[in-house]
Amino acid sequence: MASASVLSEYKAPISAHFSPYDFNGGTVLAIAGNDFALIATDTRLSQGFAIHSRECPKTFTLTNNTILGCCGFHGDVLTLTKTLAARLQIFEKDHNKPMPTASIAAMLSTILYYRRFFPYYTHNVVAGLDEEGKGCVYSFDPVGCYEKESFRAKGSASAMLQPLLDNQIGGKNQNGYTAQSLTSTQCVALVKDVFTSAAERDIYTGDNIIISVVNKDGIKSEKFPLRRD
Amino acid sequence: MMSINGSPGPLWTGGPIPGQFYNFPGGKSDSNNTQRVRSVNPIVTGTSVLAVQFKGGVVIAADTLGSYGSLAKYRDLKRLLKVNDTTVIGAAGDYADFQYMSNIIQQQVINDEVINDGFGYTPKSVHCLLTRILYNRRSQFNPLWNTYIIAGIEEDQPYLGYVDKIGMAYEAPSLACGFGAYVALPIIRDALEKKPDISKDEAVALIDRCMKLMYYRDARALNKYQLAVITKDGVDIKGPIISETNWEVAHMIRGYE
Repeated sequence: MASASVLSEYKAPISAHFSPYDFNGGTVLAIAGNDFALIATDTRLSQGFAIHSRECPKTFTLTNNTILGCCGFHGDVLTLTKTLAARLQIFEKDHNKPMPTASIAAMLSTILYYRRFFPYYTHNVVAGLDEEGKGCVYSFDPVGCYEKESFRAKGSASAMLQPLLDNQIGGKNQNGYTAQSLTSTQCVALVKDVFTSAAERDIYTGDNIIISVVNKDGIKSEKFPLRRD
Repeated sequence: MMSINGSPGPLWTGGPIPGQFYNFPGGKSDSNNTQRVRSVNPIVTGTSVLAVQFKGGVVIAADTLGSYGSLAKYRDLKRLLKVNDTTVIGAAGDYADFQYMSNIIQQQVINDEVINDGFGYTPKSVHCLLTRILYNRRSQFNPLWNTYIIAGIEEDQPYLGYVDKIGMAYEAPSLACGFGAYVALPIIRDALEKKPDISKDEAVALIDRCMKLMYYRDARALNKYQLAVITKDGVDIKGPIISETNWEVAHMIRGYE
């Protein structure tokens, strides 16, 4: 081989492509009950085939009766939750009361839409109690379109969890059965089951789940192990 | 929704992919879009940084090679920066960007010192600062091409933080970036799983073994590295340390010539 062609193999540094986004996995799930709201998250933080952390929950306590579930690109998750925490603190100082759940949802929608053309790559769900003490869940798309719902799964394994919730909570696709509202104990058991199933199939969901239940007495959280492979 | 590498998935099924142009269904396809790219490529680069917590402190290590593509150009580049008596940062990626960031941090530390109120930077606040700077730069499409590992003592407890060029940050008891996340981190995690509260000497021995392994397996690594131990008594940056290596079995490896 001519020496010129050998030398030509030693090129300048290979140009690397820059993408401002990444996908760090994670699944969140929220259910609204009559007098409680439940929100669950897995604790895995991944990037491609690497697991960065096994102890990284994607739920964030916003007030004493509102919790946010937020997953997708973790850089945006950190920035968005920081912005939200600051806005909530300002509200509390201004009005001498914490922001109600419905208002947090409305504010989150505008914060997300503000970045309509360079979106936060985050899937959000807000769970909490409304001003009558009833459980409520708001789910968002990454650019701020939002809706009040009674249950919603978001993130990496959402397409596996949502149909199961439609069936088990919504009573869909069952002959001669009408949906009944579940107790918080029933919901916790259901959440453990659906997450265990999702962890079998989705490599971006696993390690642990943190289940938080909001009711008139405050927030109670419990941890439940998932597969770690 | 997900992809193993390259771009992330669409925002919703069939929807736009963040960072890429989206053609509305039924619309005229426009392939003349040329994305304006302001970001540059890394030029002189450092490879992995490894770090692990032990009982009462943290160990962090980085080799001293500055690569120019595949050329081992500089062999004595220090990639560990002592911020103060509680914090050390280690940088992988573009070395010029690390020097720029070092200047920012050192100036911030001085600004903080002249106020003389007894408050200074802690590992957690350095981690937060770096995360905000890197996220801000990625949002302007002009990233600082680095991954940083922040090691130190935060309120008498060991602290380890990670942040990359797009502002993705987290804390963990053991950290590695770049190729080290695939080669060395499994070994460090395994050691911690067997014994969560390792001693300082065990941590140093573990990192030493992993740095040698990185030299064997990573073509952009060097057998010369710096190692910092951070405890409540302060920062001790050792080195450069030379790893003793053994290539006796190398002649048996065939078929890759």
